Amino acid sequence: MSTRLALFGGVYNNYLALEAAIAKAQKIGVDEIYCLGDIGAFGPYPNRAFPLLTDNNILCIQGNYDDSVGNDLADCQCGYTDARDNHFAQISYDYTLANTNDEHKTWLRSLPAEIEIEVEGQRLLLCHGSPRRTNEFLWESTTPLHFIDLLLNQREVDFIAGTHSGIKWDAQTASGRYVNVGVLGRPENDGNTHVWFTTLEISGSSIEHQFHPVDYDYQRLGREMSQEGLPDEFIETIHTGWWTTCLEILPQKERAAGYH
Amino acid sequence: MNKSSVRVSLSHLDELWFQVSGTRCNLTCQHCFISCSPHNRNFEFLSRDDIQGHLKQSAILGVKGYYFTGGEPFLNPEMTDILIDTLQYGPATVLTNATVMKEEWLSRLRIAQEQSRYSLEFRVSIDGFSADTNDPIRGQGTFERAIRGVTQLVSHGFLPIITATRTWPDSEDQLVLGAFYKILKRHGYKHPRIKLLPTLKIGAEENRNGGYSKHQRVTSEMLKQFDVTQLVCEHARIVTDRGVHVCPILIDSADSLLGNTLQEAVDTPFNITHGACYTCYQYGAICSNISTRNLATGIEA
Repeated sequence: MSTRLALFGGVYNNYLALEAAIAKAQKIGVDEIYCLGDIGAFGPYPNRAFPLLTDNNILCIQGNYDDSVGNDLADCQCGYTDARDNHFAQISYDYTLANTNDEHKTWLRSLPAEIEIEVEGQRLLLCHGSPRRTNEFLWESTTPLHFIDLLLNQREVDFIAGTHSGIKWDAQTASGRYVNVGVLGRPENDGNTHVWFTTLEISGSSIEHQFHPVDYDYQRLGREMSQEGLPDEFIETIHTGWWTTCLEILPQKERAAGYH
Repeated sequence: MNKSSVRVSLSHLDELWFQVSGTRCNLTCQHCFISCSPHNRNFEFLSRDDIQGHLKQSAILGVKGYYFTGGEPFLNPEMTDILIDTLQYGPATVLTNATVMKEEWLSRLRIAQEQSRYSLEFRVSIDGFSADTNDPIRGQGTFERAIRGVTQLVSHGFLPIITATRTWPDSEDQLVLGAFYKILKRHGYKHPRIKLLPTLKIGAEENRNGGYSKHQRVTSEMLKQFDVTQLVCEHARIVTDRGVHVCPILIDSADSLLGNTLQEAVDTPFNITHGACYTCYQYGAICSNISTRNLATGIEA
């Protein structure tokens, strides 16, 4: 007996990748799909992701973006502090806020900040940034294993999943495991155009996770971003797989792995 | 004012700092907030063994990252080994003036980082985009030497965070940042990372430009509705040869010493009654690699 879950990270308005990810998860054969938040940002036509999520019964967590858009806040609460990062983040946020319908804002407000579930005897905590803060960036190269142990022990769980930072990674510790499930919204700064989600295979004694690349019509996404007047820098990322913005938040290792 | 009303407790020890070279520095910068110099022995070097002990303890406490400062950390003869040890535990950041580094050290550190899952960050202090603007503050010839250090670091695959204390008017941020990017790119640093810091009007800087007025203090009123996670004392402590202090800025103040052990210092709250606390309140945790607030106003495409 085992249960298979799919975990999606930030969608960032990339409804084309979301559609492709749902199809892939269904083909794999999953029992449930969860989305760990940040439905909006970066991409075009913010309203298009919502019916895909609700029609497919995807259980969503409220990310910082969802809290901001749902409550008409002034900014995305992404947690950037660099002027250039914030400049582009604000363009993305203003566009998303202005183009998200009220009914979707109401739905965003209703989402939980985290989901704790017990599956096949394993205790899982699904969150957006970290269990202690929605917009905390947990990068592989700046998150010590003993810190993950602390989070697992504080919450008394076997497994923590998060997103927010935009690059997938995993860590096994003495107390359990942390997995950053990646994001569907934009490629992960590795020169490839595909995006990522994660599946979990949970049985009584173990949790196995697997990362899945998602190919989608990124050229169409780029065209639509252009039609919507979104910055060329964002479109370049979609076309090249290299981040051009939100760079200053990256630690040394993750920054050095990119092009910019 | 009732001191308890401006008391800040540590929520979690995210950052553990080490005053690894004490107050000894090969430079004598005019704005140094703890007046470091070749002759300042107020604080002494920390040994590799001392630091090993704290690293072990820090893992139990779930520390998220390690910072090394001075003085000039690379005056400590054990610095390279200390950083290599630290990369076994978590991410390490060293704050340096980049004027004394040797190729052999950087080669070893490059290999250590490649073998570790964690990042090694170099923060390089340069306080102007030319010798004309930097050297009057940091000393004759220091601009050229620091740029040479940056080039060395870049050639070893490191992406140093250039840290500049804002000794110019706020309105000139864009101009200064633009000039910084230009000079760094010219020296082979393709995508420079730059962090601006406000001046701290204590130590040598107090003599240069005057100290804080008695009104420049955090009040209990100011803390209402304020997100205290912005303050470094809310999530950091620093080890010196005297014990464990509240933050890297205030080690010269007697009340900054919170205990002999990490646990004592973690458990002890701090009254943020100093002028420098006012700067931390204004600008957020400026000491961290990623400041808690945006200081720069410039946009560099």
